Amino acid sequence: MPYTAKIKVTLRQSILDVQGKAVEHALKNLGYHSIESARIGKYIEVIINEQDRAEAERIGNEISGKLLSNPVMENYSLDLEKVN
Amino acid sequence: MADVTVGVVVFPGSNCDHDTEYALASFSGVRPVMLWHNEHDLQGAKAIILPGGFSYGDYLRAGSIARFSPIMQEVIEFARKGYPVLGICNGFQVLLESGLLEGALSRNRDKKFLCRRTNIRAVNCSTIYTSLYSKNQVLDIPVAHGQGNYFAPPEVIESLEAHDQIVFKYTDAQGLATDEANPNGSLQNIAGIINRKGNVLGLMPHPERASEMLLGSVDGRPLFESLYSHIAGV
Repeated sequence: MPYTAKIKVTLRQSILDVQGKAVEHALKNLGYHSIESARIGKYIEVIINEQDRAEAERIGNEISGKLLSNPVMENYSLDLEKVN
Repeated sequence: MADVTVGVVVFPGSNCDHDTEYALASFSGVRPVMLWHNEHDLQGAKAIILPGGFSYGDYLRAGSIARFSPIMQEVIEFARKGYPVLGICNGFQVLLESGLLEGALSRNRDKKFLCRRTNIRAVNCSTIYTSLYSKNQVLDIPVAHGQGNYFAPPEVIESLEAHDQIVFKYTDAQGLATDEANPNGSLQNIAGIINRKGNVLGLMPHPERASEMLLGSVDGRPLFESLYSHIAGV
């Protein structure tokens, strides 16, 4: 059974997230005064056709570092789920 | 003397490729060739330019997918051997993604896509791209980008400064790198940097859009001319 890699890419805290700021302001303008901040990231789903979980995880991490995120300004997290 | 060939890489979504070709062709002695991203042949080019635009629609991150285009293998190899590679705007983003230059470009501080004339100061005039500018000359060259906010960790910024790798800074008309003169929030007002070896330059402003008076400025011409003198050995 293949695996679905669910990858979240977020901007590092030290990087100004202008999209998140715009959303934060919009929410405050809507009257949600308890909103403290909003940050925007990316969610990517990749189906990896590997039987071995360790191999699927290795590939998931490799593609996340190589293409899906830019380590200079982003972090990523990877979750693997077996496709049934 | 035979014309020198300069390659302009065309990615799907490049849109300053022909402007760059046009600017190059205005110099006698230069023969621009267009290099399709899917090819592997640099066609004998003595320098390579990665032009502005929106390669792959800027999907994922600006420049991130173009960096893995087939021709980039040869371009990276060419750069590693010490030959000149110039990245303009999206080309600068591709150079950063490919690791030929250090740092990253994120969204402009004020959220806007900026398309306007800017002043930049030629901070380092001893590079092969800036030898025909005078030191600290203030130039009038337009920018057109949504993601030009240069970022790098503090140790990288220190190293860029220590090795004179910051080539252009956004300034006011007097050449002062003030915060008001910084269009996009770039650290240290950085508009362009060069690698340690001195053969790979990336900049956000568009010198090809300041290459004849009809466009309002010719301040981009000495950049191409400096490069030409270097590769033609004149």
